[in-house]
Amino acid sequence: MNESSVTKEAKVIESEASLYNPQKARIIGERQMTTDTKLFELELESGERLGQDPGQFVELSIPGVGEAPISVTSSPTRGLDSFELCVRAVGNVTNALHEMNIGETVGIRGPFGNGFPVEELQGKDLLFIAGGLGIAPLRSLINYTLDRRDQFNDLNILYGCKRPCEQMFEDEVDHWARRQDIYHETTVDFCPDNVCWGGNIGVITELIPGVDIDLENTYAIVCGPPVMYKFVLQELDEKELPHEHIYLSLERRMKCGLGKCGHCQINGAEEVLYACQDGPVFNYEKVKGFEEAI
Amino acid sequence: MKAIDKSDFSEFVDNLIENDDREVVGVQEKSSKYAFDPLQSADDLRLDYDVTILPPKKYFMPQRETLIEYNIEEGNTTPVNRVIPRIIMGIHPYDLVAIEQMDKVFEDTHEDPYYLEKRRQSVLVGVNMVNVSDRSFASTMGTATTDSGYDVMLTDIGDRYTIEVGSSKGSALLEKAGTAVEDAKPEEIRKVKEFKEDLPNKFKKETKFDPFELPSLLKEYYGKDEFWEENAEDCLSCGTCNLVCPTCYCFDVKDVNDISLAEGERMRTWDGCMLEAFAEVAGDENFREEKASRYRHRYMRKGRYMYNRFGDIACVGCGRCSEQCLPDIADPVDIFNQMKEGTS
Repeated sequence: MNESSVTKEAKVIESEASLYNPQKARIIGERQMTTDTKLFELELESGERLGQDPGQFVELSIPGVGEAPISVTSSPTRGLDSFELCVRAVGNVTNALHEMNIGETVGIRGPFGNGFPVEELQGKDLLFIAGGLGIAPLRSLINYTLDRRDQFNDLNILYGCKRPCEQMFEDEVDHWARRQDIYHETTVDFCPDNVCWGGNIGVITELIPGVDIDLENTYAIVCGPPVMYKFVLQELDEKELPHEHIYLSLERRMKCGLGKCGHCQINGAEEVLYACQDGPVFNYEKVKGFEEAI
Repeated sequence: MKAIDKSDFSEFVDNLIENDDREVVGVQEKSSKYAFDPLQSADDLRLDYDVTILPPKKYFMPQRETLIEYNIEEGNTTPVNRVIPRIIMGIHPYDLVAIEQMDKVFEDTHEDPYYLEKRRQSVLVGVNMVNVSDRSFASTMGTATTDSGYDVMLTDIGDRYTIEVGSSKGSALLEKAGTAVEDAKPEEIRKVKEFKEDLPNKFKKETKFDPFELPSLLKEYYGKDEFWEENAEDCLSCGTCNLVCPTCYCFDVKDVNDISLAEGERMRTWDGCMLEAFAEVAGDENFREEKASRYRHRYMRKGRYMYNRFGDIACVGCGRCSEQCLPDIADPVDIFNQMKEGTS
């Protein structure tokens, strides 16, 4: 063995790889929704449209902090050159985003996931059930259906929060309340004595009996914290709504969005689902056998 | 089939180490165990090893690899895919099978250029097992020998290696050995055949059924919570079984900042489904909070989910997980056989 064999420099090839490289997006609008949640309006620097379907998500990236999966809350029918993310400050990336100002840029990968089955829902009565931040992904479809109102039949929106101060998108909620062609109810788990609240007080399942459900034609679209699904699904079962008529948007912490990293797997006895590929929107009939789904 | 004298093979390897612009790595002794590491000399190459601490997957999916480089102030990002071309010496058949399975994973859905380019730039030199580790059960998993996955395959027949060529990459590599590579003699071909026939007798561990029964067995056992709770009772949730597994590929993506805090790298790092935080989401929700559910997940993945997706049983029987599990509860053979006994 001579000296050169020990010191041989390994050859390095620089190869193409854009899979994980985010696009730059500029914050063009920012609105406080609740004490810990803000709505951000973003625009891709390339000038291109994000091109999301309702219910899809993006990987939001802040170089130096990391990436986090966030559902796109705006409908593709609105703000053609921009999109909105409704973000609660609960982790490193989301906290860092909350510190940012209009004009600053973040990274975006995606959109990822399947989104809501918009074509299947056409001509149907829709029952939206949103709990807390679950309104964020549902809002993309709600506004989509409002902008293409003639493509859908009855619209029912049930929206529940812990307290009145946690209700988001107040102007839009007021708009739903004013419209004659939408059945709309809100509820809070708890209302302090000194707060004026016109909605219901109690859990969201209390609102379901008030909805006119046509077993043939009603489709429920549900998103909320894990604990909410259990009780909402029980109540929908009371109503005998077929499970194929229920869609759920499920949260997982996708690290790649590409069906590889393994973090968003939902396992069951038969098979495993990847929330970033097979979801995040799942038909309840398909996903109910999966012990880990809810 | 070809053959080469062992002394000529050593010369060939030394020549590659010295003159080939690719990095030559191979199995070497490392504190009474074995590991794949860059070779300094053919004398260090141990083709008689039983099992390595880590599988060769680390060359295609390193423990840490840079995906992008970024500048924090401007938020600019640059994709990075640096590949060191390698000649990897001494891969056992079960690890070759695992690499073939991994190829499917990284080709599926979105092709992953980080993994795939490393694969393209690598030459895999396999070797049939001379020694078998106490915990290996590759034979009953059908992975003690393989007809594919290698560029070149060696078999130790005494003072010579026989050589099977699996690809054009393999034949190009052999050309560098020149006339030292000869056609194998009929009795050498016979020796390889006998060697392979005798190999199953060297294994101390075996499953008591055909591994392709695993998907249905696991389906049956999925809901048997007690079974998983009992077996996972002593689990430390350390993730070692994931890290040493040749078919585990789950990863995390995280930003690692330079000390200047001006720049940094977004890195892909190994992750493991046995770690407590693996299935956590925001707001403290954890979809696999119990160690029994994580333990079950690992088996479901090895024996059923990957089979459903790609048609492969994702346990190749290398025995690394059982050998390196501190409380010694990770032995797949024990779990597999318990399940089989419970149903028969």
